[in-house]
This record gives sequence, structure tokens and C-alpha cells, in this order.
Amino acid sequence: MNGLLGAQLRMIYRARGDYLAPVIFYVLVASLFPLALGPSPRLLSLIAPGVIWIDATLASVVAFAGLFRDDHDDGSLEQMLLSPRPLELIVLVRVFAGWVSLSLPLVLLAPLLALWFSFPPPILPVLLVSLVLTTGCLTLLGALGSALTVGLRHSLVLLPVLLLPLATPVLIFGAHAVLLAERGLDPRTPLYVLAALFFLALALIPKATAAALRVALEV
Amino acid sequence: MSGRWSRWIHRWASPPYFYRVSRPWGRAFAVVSFVAIAIGLYGGLWLAPPDFQQGNGFRIIYMHVPSAWMSLFIFVFLAVCGLIGLIWRIKLAHAMASAAAPIGAAFTAITLVTGSLWAKPMWGTFWVWDARLTSELILFFLYLGVIALSRSFENPQTGDRAAAILAIVGAVDVPIIHYSVDWWQTLHQGSIFRGNPFDGHLHTTVAPSMLWPLLVMWLGFMCYFGALVLWRARSEILLRQLDTDWAREAVGAP
Repeated sequence: MNGLLGAQLRMIYRARGDYLAPVIFYVLVASLFPLALGPSPRLLSLIAPGVIWIDATLASVVAFAGLFRDDHDDGSLEQMLLSPRPLELIVLVRVFAGWVSLSLPLVLLAPLLALWFSFPPPILPVLLVSLVLTTGCLTLLGALGSALTVGLRHSLVLLPVLLLPLATPVLIFGAHAVLLAERGLDPRTPLYVLAALFFLALALIPKATAAALRVALEV
Repeated sequence: MSGRWSRWIHRWASPPYFYRVSRPWGRAFAVVSFVAIAIGLYGGLWLAPPDFQQGNGFRIIYMHVPSAWMSLFIFVFLAVCGLIGLIWRIKLAHAMASAAAPIGAAFTAITLVTGSLWAKPMWGTFWVWDARLTSELILFFLYLGVIALSRSFENPQTGDRAAAILAIVGAVDVPIIHYSVDWWQTLHQGSIFRGNPFDGHLHTTVAPSMLWPLLVMWLGFMCYFGALVLWRARSEILLRQLDTDWAREAVGAP
């Protein structure tokens, strides 16, 4: 178990260049909004939760498109299926490693974006907590999408079509928690719902992802 | 009991048997749907009195509401077919799902279009980001995703099974999407059925003279779906089984 996670994280560290692009994408897209809508701090702080959530969703979809593609291309996916460990567990480890390498940078960069969008600092904890839960859900959904499209050449176009409709509840509750906090209201209800969604996804999606991987390898 | 049940399923799951039996069943569905839709339209467009607030404009519900029910029903149908196909490896279930998905997408599109046409005179705008409109729109995108995924594999069986997984996950997500969008605010008419359907106290705010054509229309739409899905599944099955003797015989190929 530890060996599996360690190996995944080591592999990600060695290919760290590949994991930079989604992070750059995330920061770049956020910087486009002031350019398109004008630099008014009032407007920017008004739209900030929406912008950050759409941006994080798009960056996750881009980032997780290839979660299982390299494993598929170099044959390690077959090894995962042959392994005596349950495939669901391997998927879970893969998802966790993916979250650490692809989503954690998005969460850590959120304060920078908050600065750009003149966000009031006191609600930064709410922003971070809801982003952690949101990216957790998005990582699990991304793993499922990646597994469903693993053998396809043009998956980059297909994947957003599959994932974005499924991700709408996460978007709604995540962005709303921050919006409520910004207006000085209690953000706990959407945060609890978001946590519930995360645990539901954590319970169900590894199973579906493992099934999708078996389908992709036609076993 | 369970032996008879499973024998029945396996007999229906055999493509040649299905191909033979689905023809009379499809025709029966088509006849019932034609009659029910004719009666429902007559009842809804002529017999039902005009609404005291909306005048005759309300009559679009006789298309809109049954279409909306069908759009949800067919997504559940896709997920159930997907489960049957994945668990028991019954290829007919995948053929049924593949036949049903575009029909479901069409019902969703009809719901959206008729809803917009109704909203323009009643609310003064074609589109508002109201809870049910939004969740119906997302449902439409889910249908498109399932259809796109099932058609993007070289091996159609891989596409079937991948689309089945997506449909199952989507069916779990549809109620969540619905409640999340509901939570996010609403302008839409309240549901015409209220109360808890599980304790037998289903109340409705619609007058009986307006309600019965709606239920007849719904029956007609269900049968229309039954006829269409059987008809489409027949050609799906033929296409998928073209290398077998019975299918060549059925299409008259040498």
C-alpha cells in the first residue's frame, strides 16, 4: 500500500514538467477575466467565486484527461488489472496521487487568485476548505472520465462533454459557500452538502472507474 | 418463480426471438399510442376549459409535461439497461439503450422548446435560469455525452459498455443535480403533484377536467416510446448480428 503510493508520487515527481501545464492554464484563464471585463475591483470581487470555480473545473478536466493514458500506453494498466490487489484500491491510490500533484497546486494558488480579484481576506479559509472538497470531487470524476476515454485518440474534446454536466452540483455548492461567506452569511450548509457529495463520490466512483478500466481493456 | 423469471429474461434476450416477437409488440404499442395521443389531444385542446389565468396558453402542457416525464424516465431506462447489460452481459440490453438514448434526447429537446414557447407569453422571456429549466438543460447535455461516448469507440461493444457506466453514474447524479439546482433558487410553477406519493396521499392542484387528458397523453407518449424503441432496437440488433445466419435470413441476404 505504502509502496504503491510512494511509487506513484515518485513517478509524478520525475515527470513534474507534465504537471505544470494545467497549473499555468489555471492561472492564465483567471487572468483573462480582468482583461475581458475591465479592472473594476467591485465587479471582480463580485464574480470571483464563479470565476475561480469555473476555472478550477476546466483546469481539472484538462489535467485529468491523461490520468490513465500513460498507464494504458506503456502497458502498466494491464499490470494493475493482473495485480492481486483490488483494482478499486489501485484506482483510489492513483486518484490520491493525482489530487496531490494536480489539484493541490490549484488549491494553493487560490490565495493568489483571491488577491487578483480583491477578495476580502477573512473568507480565505472558507475558500480553501470548499476548494479542497470541490477538487476532491473533481479528481474522482476526472478519474472516471479518463478511464472511460482511455483508449480514444480524441478524448480531450469528449471528456469535458462527459464531465461538465456531472460536475454541476459541485460547482453550485462550492461557489455558493464562498458567495455566502462573502456576503457575511453562514456558509456551513453548502459546505456540509459538498462534503456529503465528496464522500458519496469517494464511495461510488472508484468502483465505476475500475469497471470502466476493465471495459477499456476489454476483459 | 425465479426460474421462470430468468427463463423469460433469457428467452427475450436471445436476438432471433426478440427480433421475431418485437414486431407485433411494437405494432401494438404504436396503435395504443396513436389512439391515446388522439384522445389526449382532443381532451386537452378542445374539451378542457381555458385556464382562468393563462387562457388557452396553458394547453402546451399537454406536450410539455409528458415530454418532461419521458425525458427522466428514459434516462432511468438507459441506466437500468446498462446495469442489465453489464451484470448479465446481455447484448440486447445495450441495443435497447443505444436505441433509446436519441429518443430521450429528443424528448428533452421538446421539453426545452415547448417550455420556452410557453414562457415567452407567460413570463415575458424565452429563457430564465430557473431550477427546472436548468436541470433539464443539464439532462440534455448528459444525453449528448452518453450518445457521443457510445459512438466514439471502434469496437461498438466497448462503446456500449462505456456508455452504460456513464448512464448509471449519470442516473445517480440526476437527482443530485435536480436538488442542487433547486436549492439554487426557483421561479418555475410548483409541481402539479404535491404530497408524499409513498403514503398514498398524492394531491394535485389541477382540475380533473384538465388532468385526465394529461395522463392519457402520458400513456400515449409511453407507448410511443415503446413502439419506437422496439423498432430502433430491431435494426440495431440486425446491424450488430449481421454475421449470423438468422440475421442474414431476416434481411434476405444470401
